[in-house]
Amino acid sequence: MKSLEDLEKKINSELTTKINNTEIKHNQIYIKIDKEDMIDVAIFLKTNQDTKFRQLIDITVVDYPEQNQRFEVVYLFLSHEFNQRLIVKYSIAENEVIPSLTSIFPSANWMEREVFDMYGVSFKDHPDLRRILTDYGFEGHPLRKDFPLTGHTEVRYSEDQKKVISEPVKLEQNYRNFDYESPWEGTIYIKEEIENNDKKN
Amino acid sequence: MTKKIKNLNLNFGPQHPAAHGVLRLILELDGEVVEKADPHIGLLHRGTEKLIENKTYMQAVPYFDRLDYVAPMNQEHAFALAVEKILKIDVPIRAQYIRVIFCEIGRILSHILNVTTQALDVGALTPSLWGFEERETLMTFYERASGSRLHANYFRAGGVHQDLPKGLEEDIAKFCETFPKIINDLESLLTDNRIFKQRNVDIGVVTKEDALDNSFSGVMIRGSGIPWDLRKSQPYDCYESLDFKIPVGKNGDCYDRYLCRIEEMKESVSIIKQCLAKMEKGPIKSLDGKISPPPKAEIKQSMEALIHHFKLFTEGYRVPKDEIYTAVEAPKGEFGVYLISDGSSKPYKCKIRAPGFSHLQSMDYLIKGHMLADVPAVLGSLDIVFGEVDR
Repeated sequence: MKSLEDLEKKINSELTTKINNTEIKHNQIYIKIDKEDMIDVAIFLKTNQDTKFRQLIDITVVDYPEQNQRFEVVYLFLSHEFNQRLIVKYSIAENEVIPSLTSIFPSANWMEREVFDMYGVSFKDHPDLRRILTDYGFEGHPLRKDFPLTGHTEVRYSEDQKKVISEPVKLEQNYRNFDYESPWEGTIYIKEEIENNDKKN
Repeated sequence: MTKKIKNLNLNFGPQHPAAHGVLRLILELDGEVVEKADPHIGLLHRGTEKLIENKTYMQAVPYFDRLDYVAPMNQEHAFALAVEKILKIDVPIRAQYIRVIFCEIGRILSHILNVTTQALDVGALTPSLWGFEERETLMTFYERASGSRLHANYFRAGGVHQDLPKGLEEDIAKFCETFPKIINDLESLLTDNRIFKQRNVDIGVVTKEDALDNSFSGVMIRGSGIPWDLRKSQPYDCYESLDFKIPVGKNGDCYDRYLCRIEEMKESVSIIKQCLAKMEKGPIKSLDGKISPPPKAEIKQSMEALIHHFKLFTEGYRVPKDEIYTAVEAPKGEFGVYLISDGSSKPYKCKIRAPGFSHLQSMDYLIKGHMLADVPAVLGSLDIVFGEVDR
């Protein structure tokens, strides 16, 4: 599709019931769907002649611990042919298992492993769901909002045991989070002043 | 009598000079032929994304230097663009030119490192000695502009930290005159070199289809003949007004990717020259005091400037609730930032999309059926830096 508006119409008319909401901002399309429809939507986006989103750029999750459906799964797509970007999102609860895209996009493999590692979201039919970025034998999911910044364990070389050991974090000073928030607002008036001055000159 | 032959498992790295960092590659060998490669990454994982969530937008910039540490400013660029788009602020034209100049210097830095170390991996020592001398000159430019050779922390949302010092523009222009000769020297060592060609031609071939399926970008996709460069297709800053070509490969092998990188360096020199010619005096960052800190002299005299300075370096500026994905053409491919802001002065989430992550993922596909000796050649042409792969 030539323009994003046409693409939005096309997606809405072809996938009618599967799309919950579409929005265009920052020159990208944001689509909200349900978990069950992900595979169908991905196949459509990849194969349809008018969309051709041939590349999966990234998969990630956003954690909203206060919400009932805690995680929002985000897929970023790119269509080289039409030079468009598209973002697909759906929400899931904490222990839900979501479909893997590895059969459609081979590059989803590591991206899903990273999501599993960082957020503890499991994928159905993933060929090799192991941790990827964290250490061997690591526990917890670091990018969850309830995981402390300093972590739970630290490693060091023990001269007595002649090996690297892991023990609970001991900090001389705890991590401090200062609250600087104030009712301080951004200005529009400075910009306006400059523009007015430019006009005068 | 029959003998049972078992495949050999070989542990390549995590400390191996040809692994270009801390990569642990577990190879399954049948004789000298690689049957399977399983890269274990994460040995340089520092939790960048988690740290950024706990820092203000200004404090987040230095973390981007530490991703792909051979071309630091290109990463800062992606983050600065993302914040600028959410804040809807304009970047002064001089700042745009400065940013593009330093991004192209970053591209040259990265490509010199890659081309020469790839040559080193396949047995040529001299190119790296010649290339690193030029890298040193370029890093001096970094130092003169930002105060530091590698971890620049120079780009800001709304422009750059400070203006170029006196004489730097002239020195960069002088470099642009002498550097093409160095590229030619490097080429005379490698391009027609029999050994270099034997080690690289028809090694690690990527077809167009596979380049798309494996989420390749940058030289990895251009080497396979797909003319795709974000500087042209989704231009940012002043790239639209500049005239440059996108070199594209034909066969998608290691040798074509090497040629693409050489040509890209030449194009980068031409881009820098154009920027220097077009650049005029003017502001180098947004004039909005709520986003960019005031000049030091003003702090001494103006109460408002003092308050701005104080607020910017304690609370930081607030960014309205929004989400955005911005990508730039980093030397290694598409480097993207998926940023979610929640109206406070810290990002709610900042996902970093590193090109090397997808490239290294396809190691198994690239190396299957090749000889063990081809592993460093393929790894070298992937252009992997662990800072960005592990984040």
